[in-house]
Amino acid sequence: MSLTSMVNALRPQKNFKTKISSLQKKEALWGLFFLTPWIIGFIGLYFFPMIASFVFSLLEFNPTVPDQAAYIGFDNWRRALFEDPEVGLSFLRTIRFSAISLPIGLAFALFLAVLLNSKNVLGSQLYRTLFYMPSMIPLVATVLIWNGVLNEQTGWINIIIQKFTGIQAVGSTGLRWLADPQLVYLAYTMFGLWGVGPAMIIFLAGLQGVPTELYEAAEIDGASWFQRLGKITLPMITPVILYQLILNVIGSLQYFLAPFVLNRGTGFPEGMTRFYMVYFFKQSFTFQNMGYGATLAWLMFIVGIILTVILFGTAKYWVFYAAEDK
Amino acid sequence: MTQEPVAAPAPGHRRLSRKVQRVLATSLITALTLLILFFYLVPMIYGMFTAVKTDGQFSKTGAPIWPASEATYNYQGEDYEIYFVPIEGKTKSLALVKKGRDASMFVDPANPSAGLIEWQGSWRSLERSWEFDPQWANFPDAWNTINYPNLLKNTILYAVITTFGSVVSAALVAYGFARFRIPRKNVLFILMMSTVILPGAVTLIPTYFFWLKLDLVGTWWPLIIPAFFSWGTNVFLLRQFFLTIPRELDEAAMMDGANPLRIFVSVILPQSTSALTAVALFHFFYAWNDFFNPMIYLAGHPEKFPITIGLTAFNNLYAASINMIQAASLVSAVIPVLIFFFAQRAFMQGVVITGVEK
Repeated sequence: MSLTSMVNALRPQKNFKTKISSLQKKEALWGLFFLTPWIIGFIGLYFFPMIASFVFSLLEFNPTVPDQAAYIGFDNWRRALFEDPEVGLSFLRTIRFSAISLPIGLAFALFLAVLLNSKNVLGSQLYRTLFYMPSMIPLVATVLIWNGVLNEQTGWINIIIQKFTGIQAVGSTGLRWLADPQLVYLAYTMFGLWGVGPAMIIFLAGLQGVPTELYEAAEIDGASWFQRLGKITLPMITPVILYQLILNVIGSLQYFLAPFVLNRGTGFPEGMTRFYMVYFFKQSFTFQNMGYGATLAWLMFIVGIILTVILFGTAKYWVFYAAEDK
Repeated sequence: MTQEPVAAPAPGHRRLSRKVQRVLATSLITALTLLILFFYLVPMIYGMFTAVKTDGQFSKTGAPIWPASEATYNYQGEDYEIYFVPIEGKTKSLALVKKGRDASMFVDPANPSAGLIEWQGSWRSLERSWEFDPQWANFPDAWNTINYPNLLKNTILYAVITTFGSVVSAALVAYGFARFRIPRKNVLFILMMSTVILPGAVTLIPTYFFWLKLDLVGTWWPLIIPAFFSWGTNVFLLRQFFLTIPRELDEAAMMDGANPLRIFVSVILPQSTSALTAVALFHFFYAWNDFFNPMIYLAGHPEKFPITIGLTAFNNLYAASINMIQAASLVSAVIPVLIFFFAQRAFMQGVVITGVEK
């Protein structure tokens, strides 16, 4: 029982109504007082900039020559959607890269979670820490460390591959992970595996939340380990998978860091790493086309909403909500 | 996974075989995990080994993967290179004293008093002997080249100030959401959570223009101020935690005449140290990692760079110094990794709360 209701119960009946409303008003005011930082932040950092961003998208605007700013209607939008091929190309690159890195990253996180959740692993607490640790390394350092280990001449990955498989991997005719357009997305995917920590322990918590009765019942029915995994474990954590999927899709639309650290956003090799966000940065900050940049940002926002809605839409076919079955 | 007997106790030998099965499964899965872990951490081991290599080791053929330099032996006041020489049926490490086309003179470092040994064959066909020779000086060298003390000072200042701001503001807002009846509170809450997945780019350009107009691009202000206005994930985490604190505690304090601000400070906050720690860690690591904002707002001001940007600039300038880059990268990771090891419980709990309960 909350305090207000307790206090109200003690009050004489005749003043009941006005007293409640003044108490409620006081409570709401206190509440708003505590919400102030967020309200200011929401208006100042999200709401107003978003509107302004849309207004910018209707302008030809370069901050180095602010007096030449001009209203050009939807010209920027027309340019982005129909006339500038790089918009579609950079978006397609982003999608192609995500189509490789996202499933691999999530599957690896899930695989580790299932592995570490197994009662047959000795010292799983320690492994959890060690698998998480690379996620704490600043991303820039992660990219540079991988850049070294994937070096075609001196990197260990090629040396290991050559030693164990006999394939000619080392050298300029070998596996040029970061210079070969066929391989660069795989290389970037590997950087991503070092950030698997949060997804891994979120999945792990999901797995630990699966009621043990389900497993016991399945065992009595003679279900094998794989049947239990496919019929109980995975369905039970699909809500967590959906949430991770949405976060990762939104995140990969904004994929940005590795191309900038490794080659300053030049798109090396052969433009393969000129992702959408890289192109957005080039237009907005290198060329200072802020009107066009704002258009590209709004396009990304719209695409992000569409993808989120689609993912939520597919949820009813594969996401299992325990509450529905009760 | 579990192998609990469900029926009546099995006969002795079956129970034993079950035990054997269990031991077998445990060792197999543990071995598999260790193997995966090893490959997962190979780049890290590579980084550590490479960071202490000599500059020259990368370009030399036949160099081992561990930090090493070619072994030499000082014989009668001169340094001679050591080679692996097949002699008398076995391979010995001998110092090459006198080079010859068809035969060379060697000395055995293990037994120099035996004098010169002649070996028939071309010394060019021999392999050099390498000895373990870590260049610890690479760390101070990288440290000085990249001006680490300044980068570190900038990064720590940025991380600490914004962590303070984000914890205080998130705690205030979370308390508001957790305890007060506010009209349309659910709408506000959903609005706040939707900002979590809003791509930063969509607000970036007007925000950048705003700071540009105030002539604050090139200063720390555009990076610091936003942290004081509470971020969705942090508020969510703290709100979830505050909801678990019994209301009776607030009410007891209220009976004693405490106002909500006082309740917040003396009842709620002391109860929430673990959640507050988690939020502080989130933000600290976020700031330590932040790349995009410093790159945009501090471009052209190297004296204000945090580690991430300093490291990138270093990589652009010294791309050929693989060992220095590895050393500098490792140094940038030391503080977050250490903090993580000491505070991993609170931190991982926080990650789980924000990831599962949404």
